[in-house]
Amino acid sequence: MLKINDLHASVEDKSILKGINLEVKAGEVHAIMGPNGSGKSTLASVIAGKEEYEVEKGEILLDDEDIDELAAEERAHKGIFLSFQYPVEIPGVSVTNFIKTAINETRKIQGLDNMPAKDLLKKIRDKAELLEIDRKFLSRSLNEGFSGGEKKRNEIFQMAMLEPKLAILDETDSGLDIDALRIVANGVNKLKSKDNAIIVITHYQRLLDHIVPDYVHVLYDGKIVKSGTKELAFELEEKGYDWIKEEVNA
Amino acid sequence: MELKDKLVSSFLAFENHINVDSKVHDIRSEAIKTFENEGFPSKKDENWKYTSLKSILKHDYSVFPKQEKALEYKDVKQYFIHDIDTYKIVFIDGKYSSHLSQTTHDKIDVCLMSSALEKPKYELIIENYFNKIAAKDSLAVLNTAFSREGAYIHIPKNQLVNKPIQIVHFSTGNEVALMLQPRNLIVVEENSHVQIIERHQSLTDNPVLTNSVTEIFANKRAIVDYYKLQNDKHKASLVDNTYIDQKRESLCSVHTFSFGGKLTRNNLNFFQNGERIDSTMKGITIIGDKQHVDHNTLVHHIEPNCESHQDYKGIFGDQSTGVFNGKVVVEKEAQKTNAFQANNNILLSDKATINTKPQLEIFADDVKCSHGCTIGQLDESALFYMRSRGIPKKEAKALLMYAFSNNVLNSVKIPELKHRITKLIAHKLGINIGFDL
Repeated sequence: MLKINDLHASVEDKSILKGINLEVKAGEVHAIMGPNGSGKSTLASVIAGKEEYEVEKGEILLDDEDIDELAAEERAHKGIFLSFQYPVEIPGVSVTNFIKTAINETRKIQGLDNMPAKDLLKKIRDKAELLEIDRKFLSRSLNEGFSGGEKKRNEIFQMAMLEPKLAILDETDSGLDIDALRIVANGVNKLKSKDNAIIVITHYQRLLDHIVPDYVHVLYDGKIVKSGTKELAFELEEKGYDWIKEEVNA
Repeated sequence: MELKDKLVSSFLAFENHINVDSKVHDIRSEAIKTFENEGFPSKKDENWKYTSLKSILKHDYSVFPKQEKALEYKDVKQYFIHDIDTYKIVFIDGKYSSHLSQTTHDKIDVCLMSSALEKPKYELIIENYFNKIAAKDSLAVLNTAFSREGAYIHIPKNQLVNKPIQIVHFSTGNEVALMLQPRNLIVVEENSHVQIIERHQSLTDNPVLTNSVTEIFANKRAIVDYYKLQNDKHKASLVDNTYIDQKRESLCSVHTFSFGGKLTRNNLNFFQNGERIDSTMKGITIIGDKQHVDHNTLVHHIEPNCESHQDYKGIFGDQSTGVFNGKVVVEKEAQKTNAFQANNNILLSDKATINTKPQLEIFADDVKCSHGCTIGQLDESALFYMRSRGIPKKEAKALLMYAFSNNVLNSVKIPELKHRITKLIAHKLGINIGFDL
């Protein structure tokens, strides 16, 4: 589904990704871990199409199509979803209106009419229930005054509504208490299928207790320096990142 | 001949058409003298530092239209809020159009300034209210000198006016260039409530300059909601001078939506003459090209326990320019005043300009006054967030701009008007979003 070959990317002439190779197949869950500043969030933003990042070399293929030239919205229309580490507050636009606009804009591109209001409302109800979101919450301005946990839950709610092919969860566990973490992970697991894939970006192993990865990659200084199975995550939790750094720098 | 000289000499011709033996005419004669001494304001005047009238004063304006032109309702329907029943006071090139108007004398007076100025039965009201609060600056006195026509609205005690009143001024382009000076007087007595929508609309690209004066008196516990819809053609300019005198416990609001015109200057003045008064001034400005919109507001807190709320949003594209000059005066006696002022702006281009200047003069010590001005671009991280969810750039930008102007739009109390403004904003932004905010 997603294939990244020798990806180099920079922001404001500062090189951040220095040759990433990654392949994610349908039905898989990949975790990307690594110390602060290793380039995890940059990788997520580059895949999602943030314009500030310059791809200098390499390619990102989605279903064998190079998406480098595509705008963020076009990538979204092709099924890429990024759950933000810091979701942006948009006062004046309710959660419902926002998601409605996102869904209908995507449908427009696909040549479909707007989703009938009845279907939309039912879907909103079902997905809100899945993530244990109060209905009142949906009429509030998007992310405005939301707690950290509410913001993250709202991200996964949008993911549930948009049903992406490839979901990238950037530090979704930060700011979540244990109950919220369970709800969010449970929601993600219910959305998992053999046709979609998930990339979980995290510092800590605790989220991976709930969303169990098929593969774990360690990103350090802009490169994937180690890959393994979920046991690698336990090892990192136990030993920290210093041994990885030592291995790389040796 | 310069416009100033032309106006001064036109005054003699004007006197041939009106009753010169009246108290009102004494006021007019005094006014033309003041104007003759002062002339038009220039950028040297502190109040006009950022707005130059020079380019609009160069046209050879007709001061009195030579011929009358009729308009069919179906041709101008789009400029009215037409999906609800309203009273209408309509002028074509400065002349009253009975054909397009719907006035009344049933319990309330919704009619013409010319009759109020001439008929004896209105004499007392004119004596009590006419030109009592209009400023003595040169543009206001110029209007006073030529004051003859406009809207006259008198709402006696305890009347809830059941439908909005629309005041619409059309200019047809019959003249090569036309200057209009409408004069409105609105008196709302105790416990009465009225909603008014005002619009100036040019129908061609011939230059039009409107210098309008509106005096509004809100007596005890009166509620006045006034909406100004400014979406005129590219060669139409407007100087709007509005003065509101409020008595105790009255609630007045003025919303100004500025989406068009070449140059628009809004001089909006509130005087709080009583306790527990609430004054609201809100506006949304969305302009582009070389358009210019200047909001010059004043709220004068004279007595204790009153509030004022100002909230102006501006979105400026291309080479457009905006000015916000908001003055709040709190007199020594006006303790426990709450005065809020916000002016937030988004510049969409490197060549757009906004000059924003809050002026607070506070002489009381137990007050809450706040003001905040912001100037920024559209939030890039918000745009990326929206685009990453599949909302295209153009729609995402528009949605952010809608969201930006949302609190002002939300306080419009006439749903049909709110809907119309929402559509105008969408049109202005070149998009169609699937919901009303």
